[in-house]
Amino acid sequence: MLEISNLTHVYGGGPGAHHALGGIDLKVAQGELVCIVGPSGCGKSTLLRSIAGLLRPTGGTVTLGGKPVERTPDDLAVVFQDYSRSLFPWMSVGDNVALPLRRKGMDRPRRREAATEALEQVGLAGAAGKYPWQLSGGMQQRVSIARALAYRPALMLMDEPFGSVDAQTREDLEDLTLRVRSHHDMTILLITHDIDESVYVGDRVVVLSKAPATVAGDLRVDLPGPRDQITTRENPAFVHLRAEVGRLVRGMRNDPAVSS
Amino acid sequence: MTGRSLLDNRLLCGAIGIAGLFCVAELAGRTGLIDPIVFPLASTVVGRAVELAADGDFLADVVSTLGAWAAGLLLTVLIAVPVGFLLGTLPRVESALRPVLEFLRPIPSVALIPLALLLFSDRFDMKVAVIVYAAWWPVLINTMYGLRDVDPLAKETLRSFGFGPLAVLWRVSLPSTAPFIATGVRLAAAIALILAISAELLGGGSSGIGTFILESGSSTDALEYTVAATIWAGAIGVISNSLFTLAERRLFHWHLARTEGTR
Repeated sequence: MLEISNLTHVYGGGPGAHHALGGIDLKVAQGELVCIVGPSGCGKSTLLRSIAGLLRPTGGTVTLGGKPVERTPDDLAVVFQDYSRSLFPWMSVGDNVALPLRRKGMDRPRRREAATEALEQVGLAGAAGKYPWQLSGGMQQRVSIARALAYRPALMLMDEPFGSVDAQTREDLEDLTLRVRSHHDMTILLITHDIDESVYVGDRVVVLSKAPATVAGDLRVDLPGPRDQITTRENPAFVHLRAEVGRLVRGMRNDPAVSS
Repeated sequence: MTGRSLLDNRLLCGAIGIAGLFCVAELAGRTGLIDPIVFPLASTVVGRAVELAADGDFLADVVSTLGAWAAGLLLTVLIAVPVGFLLGTLPRVESALRPVLEFLRPIPSVALIPLALLLFSDRFDMKVAVIVYAAWWPVLINTMYGLRDVDPLAKETLRSFGFGPLAVLWRVSLPSTAPFIATGVRLAAAIALILAISAELLGGGSSGIGTFILESGSSTDALEYTVAATIWAGAIGVISNSLFTLAERRLFHWHLARTEGTR
């Protein structure tokens, strides 16, 4: 459903230009949960912003559902890392979740209903009337996820979604992502710098090289489901994959290990 | 313990301060430190102020001043907010107009009253024009400043859901800038009152608090009425400022909750 070919992006020009993406090729199938890992500053966010149509890449193409991405696609939602800045403080939690649904031409009662339903799915049934800043960080990120879910996107992009919460909350949110994903027929692209997280959450882990980023590795994660924070993480296959991804991230193996 | 908690009450503290000033002023007059003929006794002034509150002519003057004040403030907001948005969103227009603004801003507004008198034959129009000129600066500057403070990620979030630039302006930039605009309007309200009365003092005219002060100069107890009217002008300023502060707290509690770091 998502096809990226030879995507390049350069910030600025002249000798000071920063080559963020150096020709990325990636195909994501319908319903897949793909994690993208890479060293910090490797251009992961640039990639995400290009897919979301928030940034016009210098070269290459992104096609979503057969159509080239030029503006922000209609059936796409983004969950950003910085929930406190991404949620609107002047609106209640319910209104925050309902706002994007205006784009779908839904009337007020239907928007409200969809928001309530989405909040229930992330375990925040009673929070609609509160303001985002009255909630804990983990709960705020749940609201962001609910906002994306209510929109019912074909593709959900998550940019380091659990980077700003504590370890326990992080595990809860990882499991939440796996749970909602099994409920919706949704394709998810999750960007992270956490190697363990990428293996635990993903069906596939795509490793990017240092900037200018290229695909350094593409590994299929074959772990028994349903995944569990304790048993999955002690599974030898998990430990092996984690090491594999870790090596690729550190650039210890140059040949792209395509194991799909 | 109770004494301390009583002093923690800001309203009570303020009342004690005012009562204290009253006592000192009254005492200075009674003991002859200040000759009551040179400056009236505090109690006399308060008496005159109460008298004025029931004086139809003076109330008409207050209404006249407040009318120009309100009209000027409304016009200020209607002009300064859109211009602030224009300058805040179009950097090229801003850099083109910046020298003009930088030149006009330091000109004391009161100095423009004689010019306004020549330009506007109607006294009310003259007052409103002077008010708008003086009061629009804080609204304009705060709007531009607030717009610069809008979180790019908040805008990007809405864009990522496919909203266009106008929707982003309306749904993110405006609400996010609103608390800054409100602060600008509160400051503008105080300036507008000063300018309304200044224009009346310099320009004359048939009614207004300034006109009242100007005209009471001919009566025997002129000084007492002048000071009493001045006290009312101050009181109006305090009341307007409190009302604006209260409205800000009500409307933008989310902004306060955020900037004060409470969760």
